[in-house]
Amino acid sequence: MSVPTSTGRFGEFGGRYVPESLVPACAALEAAFRDAWSDTAFRERLAHLRTTYAGRPTALTAAERLSAELGVTLLLKREDLAHTGSHKINNVLGQALLAQRMGKTRLIAETGAGQHGVATATAAALFGMRATVYMGERDIARQRLNVFRMELLGAEVIPVTSGSRTLKDATNEAMRAWVAAVDEAHFCLGSVGGPHPYPWLVRELQRVIGEEARAQTPVIPDVVVACVGGGSNAAGTFAGFVDTPARLIGVEAAGGAAMTNGTPGVVHGYRSLVLQDAAGQVLEAESIAAGLDYPGVGPEHAHLGTTGRAEYRTVTDDEVLDAVRRLARSEGIICALESAHAVAWVLRAAGTPDLPTGSTVLLTLSGRGDKDMATLAGEVR
Amino acid sequence: MKRLNPYLTGGITPDWIDYLLAFQAAGADAVEIGLPFSDPMLDGATIQQASDQALRLGASVASILTDLAAARSRICIPLIAMTYANLVFRGDPFTTGPATATGPEADPEAGSGPEAGRSLGAGSGPEAFCRRLAEAGITGLIVPDVPVDEADRLEAAATAAGIDLVLLAAPVTPPDRLAEIGRRSRGFIYAVSVMDTTGERDALATTAAPLAARLKAVTDLPVLLGFGISTPAQAATAARAGDGVVIGAALMRRVLDGATPDDLRAEVAAFRAALDQVDQEVPAATAHAEISGHRR
Ligand SMILES: Cc1ncc(COP(=O)(O)O)c(C=O)c1O
Repeated sequence: MSVPTSTGRFGEFGGRYVPESLVPACAALEAAFRDAWSDTAFRERLAHLRTTYAGRPTALTAAERLSAELGVTLLLKREDLAHTGSHKINNVLGQALLAQRMGKTRLIAETGAGQHGVATATAAALFGMRATVYMGERDIARQRLNVFRMELLGAEVIPVTSGSRTLKDATNEAMRAWVAAVDEAHFCLGSVGGPHPYPWLVRELQRVIGEEARAQTPVIPDVVVACVGGGSNAAGTFAGFVDTPARLIGVEAAGGAAMTNGTPGVVHGYRSLVLQDAAGQVLEAESIAAGLDYPGVGPEHAHLGTTGRAEYRTVTDDEVLDAVRRLARSEGIICALESAHAVAWVLRAAGTPDLPTGSTVLLTLSGRGDKDMATLAGEVR
Repeated sequence: MKRLNPYLTGGITPDWIDYLLAFQAAGADAVEIGLPFSDPMLDGATIQQASDQALRLGASVASILTDLAAARSRICIPLIAMTYANLVFRGDPFTTGPATATGPEADPEAGSGPEAGRSLGAGSGPEAFCRRLAEAGITGLIVPDVPVDEADRLEAAATAAGIDLVLLAAPVTPPDRLAEIGRRSRGFIYAVSVMDTTGERDALATTAAPLAARLKAVTDLPVLLGFGISTPAQAATAARAGDGVVIGAALMRRVLDGATPDDLRAEVAAFRAALDQVDQEVPAATAHAEISGHRR
């Protein structure tokens, strides 16, 4: 995928819509990342951490029983096997290294499902930094396990009570906190949204998913599919295949489908497609997966969707619960509710013109389902 | 004359226009009207609450402009709108994403008011937004999440509509940007006095006066300090460094707590008195500014 313009645009999307107080910090981050990314020592350190700490490369697993049932060849890129249980660690190790290089002593993060918060708390512990994680009260209630993990790792979890009390408001709160602490703190953003350079920086750090998968697959898959909240695991996966003929499919939650139901807007520092009412007020997204309960989507996805290079689909909560169960019983893998969105689309599309019999599908399983046990216990029989 | 710009969240109560008139009666030079947004990135708890309350009461850009138009004959001071990028660029036709045509919100905004019957497609974006402000008698616009780098189109739209686009400067703004902000701001420059969100503070930030001094060195525009100025004494200190103050959270907290327009008139009058006191001091710096014609 492309490098954004100097103002951080992917086509008409992206940009840097932040208060003047944050402009120098965004500019400094961009300069630091450009510098670090062209420094082999930095890249080697990150690569070393990825192999010795995060458990990369993650496996590529052929889902044989499900493939046979569906009549397609389904290959799973196993980000659930990465340390801390999701792809979020890829991004955070890179940002923490960068923050350390910039002389920052503290990480501020927002989290929905808690996976990004756990990854941030982990990296902060590893590098001896302070971590402050903003999390909506509603998400705290449904992802208690991850709150406990963050606290055990030494992070401070701050409940957010404004608005929908989910990821949207946690993101606002984290950005406000960054304004007040911009000297010592790095805002460790968890997805491919936010002001330039974040959408580009996070995609570059997640690119490892797609590049590993490309090297691991014997053939170029017909279809590459990943779930989309903010869109970071999908962006990282797509980056490995954008120059191939593979169809790229992002799967959104029906209740949080910015690509499908959004209109152009500006939130959290970037212009993209946003769920909003006719008056321009941002709507509350609604998904069983806390990590997809977000009304925006990364600007590069808006661009890929507008230009037609990637396609976006939605699945319902019921399909997601069914997908968790089928993957668990046919492959012995309990995936995260977020990841199950991608699985649910494959279950629905296999054998239809959208995903013809005989297709090869590469699916990024973005995380494992441990955090979702309380939700699943109530829903899956 | 030191300037006093109190801030008022549009639609914060059903009788919000009475607060505006009270601010005017108390000697405000202009009033900043907040057009409430669901996700106000640069606001602290008080203004967030004020915005939420207004939205719950059904306030919208349309309803606020309608209220202002109805009160027009009673308002004789300038009004400045303060809001966020998403409301300004709303329905911007610059792009046609796959969702634009099929999205669930392609309907015109509900209700009567200036935009009844107006669709998101035609007549939207910053050009229409600025025109509508002008039609309602508003003469200035502040959009904190549109920094100068992103301001080209909004700047052109504001100019075309006869609206002053007021730019903000922060304590961390480097000298070259400060000069550009000084050059491109209209009406005045909004000096964000502290590295924080809006909200009351115990003391005026130590970053306030140095920022005002740096700005006054690069521009002839009036420099108004805002963010965290909570008491008349703090306002006086700030006004000595600049040309005036914006008072927001300290007033909105009182409104949220149930204070009446009369109560707020007394509150704003106290700020007015403190600023008038500063005017009496006529220190050397002020005299210099007067002589060199730095103020209108
Ligand atoms: C396991 C998992 N997958 C996916 C997501 C969605 O994020 P993104 O779209 O940025 O990959 C999350 C977010 O919390 C997550 O925890």
